[in-house]
Amino acid sequence: MHRTGELYGHFQTMEQQKDSATLGMWIFLSTEILFFGGLFLTYTVNRHYYFPAFGVGGNMLDLTLGTANTVVLIASSFTMAMSVWSAQTSRKKLLPLFLGLTLILGCVFLGIKYVEYNQKFDHHLVPGHSFDITYRVSHPAPGDDLKELAAEKKELDEGFAVDPDLNSHSQLYFSLYFGMTGLHALHMIVGAGLLIWLIQQSFKGRFAAEYNTPVELVGLYWHFVDIVWIYLFALLYLINRHPG
Amino acid sequence: MQSQLPLYPEQASNFASSVDSLMVFLSLVSLFFTVAITSAIIYFFFKYRRKQVNEVGVPIHGNMRLEVTWIVIPFILAMTMFGWGAVVYVEYRHPPQDTLDIYIVAKQWMWKAQQPTGFREINELHVPVGRDVKLILASEDVIHDFFVPAFRVKMDVVPGRYNTMWFRPTKVGRYHFFCAQYCGTNHARMGGWVTVMEPSDYAAWLSGSSGAEADPIVLGEKLFVEKACSTCHLGSGLGRAPSLNGLYGAKVLLAGGSTVTADDAYIRESILQPSAKIVAGYQPLMPAFQGQLTEEQILALTAYIKSLQSQPVPAKGAGVAPATEKK
Amino acid sequence: MSPTSTAPVHAMPREHYLNASYGIRSWLLTTDHKRIALLYLASVTFFFFVGGIFATMIRIHLLTPNGYLVSPENYNKLFTMHGVAMIFFFLIPSIPAVLGNFLVPMMIGAKDVAFPRINLLSWYIYITGGCFVLYSFSTGGLDTGWTFYTPLSSVYSNSAVTPAVIGIFINGFSSILTGLNFVVTIHTMRAPGMTWFRLPLFIWAQYATSIIFILGTPVIAITLLLVGLERMFHLGFFNPALGGDPILFQHLFWFYSHPAVYIMILPAMGVVSEIIPTFARKPIFGYSFIAGSSIAIAVIGFLVWAHHMFLTGQSTYSALAFSLLSYLVAIPSAIKVFNWASTLYKGSISYDTPMLYALGFIGLFLIGGLTGLFLACLGLDIHIHDTYFVIAHFHYIMVGGAVMGYVGGLHFWWPKITGKLYPEFLARMAAVVLFVGFNLTFFPQFILGYLGMPRRYHNYPPEFQVLNVMSTAGASILALGYLLPMIYLTWSMRYGKVAGPNPWPATGLEWRTDSPPPADNFHVTPEVDWEPYDYNNRPDLGLAAPLAPSHAPAHGDD
Repeated sequence: MHRTGELYGHFQTMEQQKDSATLGMWIFLSTEILFFGGLFLTYTVNRHYYFPAFGVGGNMLDLTLGTANTVVLIASSFTMAMSVWSAQTSRKKLLPLFLGLTLILGCVFLGIKYVEYNQKFDHHLVPGHSFDITYRVSHPAPGDDLKELAAEKKELDEGFAVDPDLNSHSQLYFSLYFGMTGLHALHMIVGAGLLIWLIQQSFKGRFAAEYNTPVELVGLYWHFVDIVWIYLFALLYLINRHPG
Repeated sequence: MQSQLPLYPEQASNFASSVDSLMVFLSLVSLFFTVAITSAIIYFFFKYRRKQVNEVGVPIHGNMRLEVTWIVIPFILAMTMFGWGAVVYVEYRHPPQDTLDIYIVAKQWMWKAQQPTGFREINELHVPVGRDVKLILASEDVIHDFFVPAFRVKMDVVPGRYNTMWFRPTKVGRYHFFCAQYCGTNHARMGGWVTVMEPSDYAAWLSGSSGAEADPIVLGEKLFVEKACSTCHLGSGLGRAPSLNGLYGAKVLLAGGSTVTADDAYIRESILQPSAKIVAGYQPLMPAFQGQLTEEQILALTAYIKSLQSQPVPAKGAGVAPATEKK
Repeated sequence: MSPTSTAPVHAMPREHYLNASYGIRSWLLTTDHKRIALLYLASVTFFFFVGGIFATMIRIHLLTPNGYLVSPENYNKLFTMHGVAMIFFFLIPSIPAVLGNFLVPMMIGAKDVAFPRINLLSWYIYITGGCFVLYSFSTGGLDTGWTFYTPLSSVYSNSAVTPAVIGIFINGFSSILTGLNFVVTIHTMRAPGMTWFRLPLFIWAQYATSIIFILGTPVIAITLLLVGLERMFHLGFFNPALGGDPILFQHLFWFYSHPAVYIMILPAMGVVSEIIPTFARKPIFGYSFIAGSSIAIAVIGFLVWAHHMFLTGQSTYSALAFSLLSYLVAIPSAIKVFNWASTLYKGSISYDTPMLYALGFIGLFLIGGLTGLFLACLGLDIHIHDTYFVIAHFHYIMVGGAVMGYVGGLHFWWPKITGKLYPEFLARMAAVVLFVGFNLTFFPQFILGYLGMPRRYHNYPPEFQVLNVMSTAGASILALGYLLPMIYLTWSMRYGKVAGPNPWPATGLEWRTDSPPPADNFHVTPEVDWEPYDYNNRPDLGLAAPLAPSHAPAHGDD
């Protein structure tokens, strides 16, 4: 049955139904903030304890890929906002287009993330028994920028001078890196699933000015996931990054 | 001995009477409110019991004056309890000067105590009566808690840091101590006895029992050489690292311009993570010993550094901040 | 005083939510909040039994100083599993998920909660989490204490910690979604005329509880997830040997787990606030103070967590601040007790079972709350922290308070839920047995604690034996007190007298429909034009006309 704007039996009016859904989404997002909050607090406390190790860890991330991902996500936020606008103004042709663009950008983000994770595996930076912060400088791969590796080695040596346990402390950094970005990526995957559902429904023309709550709510969720990424990018990649 | 059903443990330290007085005060306040409210309820219960099946009560919706009363009075009482409790707690958390320092190391599931002379006991602790005793607590594995009911004191023993507690025994005798923080299988068996002795007995006990055990100062001196501390920390103050003579208890001037008192926690941190606080005028050259020394080895090193207190402090290059040297 | 003495003989309604559809699918796929409440009722009762069996074994073991029943390892598992089953799978979901699910939509005049399918999902999440925890219990058990303190839980314990923390992590989402559902329902689904200050106080309590669900649960979920990851992959978030901080875990843990105590007690306070005006047949004294104090407790409750950590070596200033805030949270609780007691003044009080539970609640909560002041007192906490004093205190709050409120609430709404009356005399007996058994079990533990018996001890010095024997004796009476209601309530479902729509009679909207209610709750959407608990302006209840105005007291100046 075509369910556009259907009123569920336990609601009295469409307006009430929409208010409920919107409020529910906002409350859900506030629990999400606290959910990530626990991780942010753990990050902050450990960063305070192990400043040198966290600096070294941060410098080992690939700033280019991180920045690219940030740009991709901000762009996807824009296309998501355009999707909501298309739905609200009943532009039924534009809506699937913008939703599709958002989905593609989301997938690009996950793809880049995959490349980044893969790199960390190659560099033995995944927490566990094989974790070795010095692996990359001691095992240069062909095509690595030797000057950069030399600078990295110097930094590692300086790090070990002040913190001989740099390896296990930077492992803590990478545990948090994988924990936080992994949880974020999980949210992206859920968001992509929601987008696929929205696209399918939008082809049926379900969303228009009079009924577009699902688009709005997925939009809220998508923007929230973007904002979390902005914080992660700042905390994990940018903060205390050495010049050069 | 006390009666079959005592209401409080023996009072054997300076904190016992202040904690018990708090207990009596709070119990009286609680008793008053419990009796007052329950008797009001029971009185109303019988006085206003339903007499006819169709009867309804008198519509009283509230009374602002009463509400204010029962907000303000409990508030005042609560603040009194808070203030009084805070006074006792602050005293407990700030040990007096000139204490008898005993190191306690906890591990699953035993307590080791180390007297200032280096004599070590397991699941026993001997202290002299009337003397301020400070326990410096360290754990090798999980969180434990040193608890002496007769002294009304306890403190968590947290791995990776020192906690301190203090008390002044007031009564000769033998008292239970327990581990009060759940620590695994034999948590309930992790206890022992505190023996409070007359100071003369204590001195005799110490002199009679030491000697067989390794002196921590000697052990610490050995470690000091073994771990190559002695190559930089020269007594003359001319080495690459500050002299440790006269360090313990003094104020140390740090690179940032701030000062810190060289207590056990500072020395521990400086051994394990030297970069955390750099002495003014020195380079951060020292390797960290995190994970390379047991708690007991750290205690031995600390004991050795303490023993250098009487050594002459070199004029130049001491880690001791000149301005605040005489405290 | 039997509730049926005034009522004519009733017949069961022809159609109601219980016979609206049949078959196992109609239950497992239901989105009816009333049926979901019954699903929760069955599952929390199961976990109550599981936890209760552990408790029984603990008390039998502690009869003698050296304990003959179980080994130290097994004793540690018993108290851990008792705590985990009771706290995460019985107490936290008990009133919110059972009574709350049944009553929140009915009390505000809605047909269902805002998100019925999410409501069913919550139950499935709860069951999934429960299965993980039962798996942990049955394969190696759990011996970390319900507090999961690191590094004991993350490194040293040899028991099945990982499935247990995953189970609790999953269960957290059940709480979050239930809280979300209730907040939205209360905001958007109220019937015409049901203004905020006409809401029953149970709704205010549920609202406050839901806030804690929403803001606290995610934190414990992520914290326990980190413990699980730390165990599985040898990470070091909270392990000092790898550079982590065990005290950080305690901060994160108590940030949720202290407010969790208010999750347990606030709904029970809500139940008592419904029962007392009903059986005193007068408006509750200080409605807005009771409603506001629920919110105050929920808010201040978030600012007191570090009072569990006065002796971890935290800074003196932090201890002072948390002690002060802990005293502040006592004030709204005191307000409630005074207002309940004053409600009885010039009432028309009956001795029906729910009233006995409510009054028992006040007495036990009073002791539990007042002993909380002892523990918040910094100087005193040095001595009684982590002793049996703490055990006694929180059992007075959680069992004496929350469980009395839950069982009392079950009795109060049982006629609504099942349409049947339970045997009144037996029920009153059970209430008295529970009250006596409870006090005998837990009061001696206050003294034990002050004498210095630490908690979580499988053996103890012989001088503590007398009090332990008293406690175990009380526990056997208490067990009887729990078994009785289970038996006669189950019996009454089939053989009880038909209750009729409003047996007490009570003023809430839930009583203005059939018992048991139809699937849609109300035949006509109700409209509210009366104040809460206003017996004097409710001719529909069939009670006597109110007393003449001249009898009204002078100080009725709302």
